[in-house]
Amino acid sequence: MSIEILKAGIADSIHDTGRYGYQFQGINPAGVMDPLAAMVANFLVGNPAGEAVIEFHFPAAVLQFDKTMIGALSGADFSASIHGIDIPLNTPFLIAKGDILQFTHLQNGACCYLALRGGLAIEPWLNSKSTNAAAAMGGWCGRFLKKGDVLPVQDTTDYAEAISHSKEKTLPWKLYLKDFYRTNQPVRLLSGHEWELLTEESKLKLLKSAFTISAQSNRMAYRLQGGRLQTINPVSMLSSAVTKGTLQLLPNGQLALLMADHQTTGGYPRIAHVISADVPVLAQSGPLSSIHFTLVSQQTATQAFKKQQDALYSMQKGCDLQLNRWLINFSL
Amino acid sequence: MKLSNQFPYSLYQLGDHAVTIELGFTIDETTHEKVMQVFQYLQLQKTPEIRDIIPAYASVSIVFDLYKLMLDYPELTENPMMERVNDLLSGFVPSDLVRGTLKRIPVCYDLSLALDMEAMASQKKMFISDLVELHLSVIYKVYMIGFIPGFAYMGKVPDLLVTPRKAEPRRRVEAGSIGIAGAQTGIYPLACPGGWNIIGRTPLQMFDANRQKPVLLEPGDRVQFEPISLKDFNLLNHRI
Repeated sequence: MSIEILKAGIADSIHDTGRYGYQFQGINPAGVMDPLAAMVANFLVGNPAGEAVIEFHFPAAVLQFDKTMIGALSGADFSASIHGIDIPLNTPFLIAKGDILQFTHLQNGACCYLALRGGLAIEPWLNSKSTNAAAAMGGWCGRFLKKGDVLPVQDTTDYAEAISHSKEKTLPWKLYLKDFYRTNQPVRLLSGHEWELLTEESKLKLLKSAFTISAQSNRMAYRLQGGRLQTINPVSMLSSAVTKGTLQLLPNGQLALLMADHQTTGGYPRIAHVISADVPVLAQSGPLSSIHFTLVSQQTATQAFKKQQDALYSMQKGCDLQLNRWLINFSL
Repeated sequence: MKLSNQFPYSLYQLGDHAVTIELGFTIDETTHEKVMQVFQYLQLQKTPEIRDIIPAYASVSIVFDLYKLMLDYPELTENPMMERVNDLLSGFVPSDLVRGTLKRIPVCYDLSLALDMEAMASQKKMFISDLVELHLSVIYKVYMIGFIPGFAYMGKVPDLLVTPRKAEPRRRVEAGSIGIAGAQTGIYPLACPGGWNIIGRTPLQMFDANRQKPVLLEPGDRVQFEPISLKDFNLLNHRI
């Protein structure tokens, strides 16, 4: 009852929504880069929002399944297929024993998520299945997946009969997520505590010019290339907490945007913070993507996030209804 | 705003899902006592919408599950996060501080491990043995844990030991290395890149994921370093 990695991808790892409650010990939360896509993948297979999923980056791993399962992909489109049959995003699909899932082309996005009904049967570390790269713990052996890894799955149900009766690989319902990802629109920021330390020229530069996500970016932080920003006076700060979405001004005038694997504390000026509702679109903007920023109010940030989460949880209800109806048909 | 007469504070948002309570602007024991008081008080109040409480030198930050906060407190409509923090803090009463424990940490100052000791001695025109004595002369306070799992920021070192970070960080600092940056001293719990001046190494595993409590030091603890020989270091050092 497992999944074998036949070929390793460049940076595939197991994550849930993060390991919280230990940041006072310096243990960073990690977790999925795009929480929205991970939730959607889980909801499609009837899992709770916080179940562990596999996060793929391109080029992604090739996997083989040794039992029948129900899976779902969401997030980036890497042209997934099983034995030549396309597996679209945002729809549950049936996995037969021996199926090989591969990802052949990078169509769009940066992180693709695979959720399996029932989840992955791995031991949590400090209440989370997320991979913590710094501590080399959690997820699968605390590291990226490599060839030969065999990941146990929780679900023991046999879907063979259902599969033999289904003409299609996918189940007949699908979620549409276009409205959740604001593409070609500026990423929304809240001003940070050190915003006022920037020169007027630097503030304008941040809000009026384009920045490119550097190829040196990773799960910890996006390095942004573009105009260099300056503070009015040199800044010396005591270290304190930072969080996902924090935009730090480095001593060389460049910007580091903290992502899922961010450290717990930092001592650089926090000039702004990406709002939670825009973290998914940012996570799906891969290296060399161009981004613009705009400032919004806390109220806009809060409302945007609430609206997004409300919509996701109402989708969950729809997914559960469809899936349960389908399972009952096969007395599953 | 004030928590009580002794506790002036200000609040600022750390994005849309975290708030920082600022209690001072310097590294000193008085400010840090306030930090620990507020940290301990908040830990006791911790409700499900609070994901993390992070004490630092002069501040405490609260990380929220923003959606849960909005569902659980629908009456907070203006700025749910700030309103919730103000509510939490309004009940604050300074209580007896749970004193951190005194931890003795063996350190080997042998030059084969103390990679920056010679440079520091020549820069300060001091004997290496005096630098070691100075480092041993203080019981340090753990002000905060951050950067990487279990990295303890301790202070303060005697004025004569104060040394700025290295201009060029090392690509790899070994686990257990003890460093100095400004008036701070710290122990690298894991091998990682780092810019602190390395003056010794402990054989203790400061971070061990398989322990029930992976991290050896916590904010508020006190640390006394104890010198050991290279021979003892090698005997005690079980790292591969």
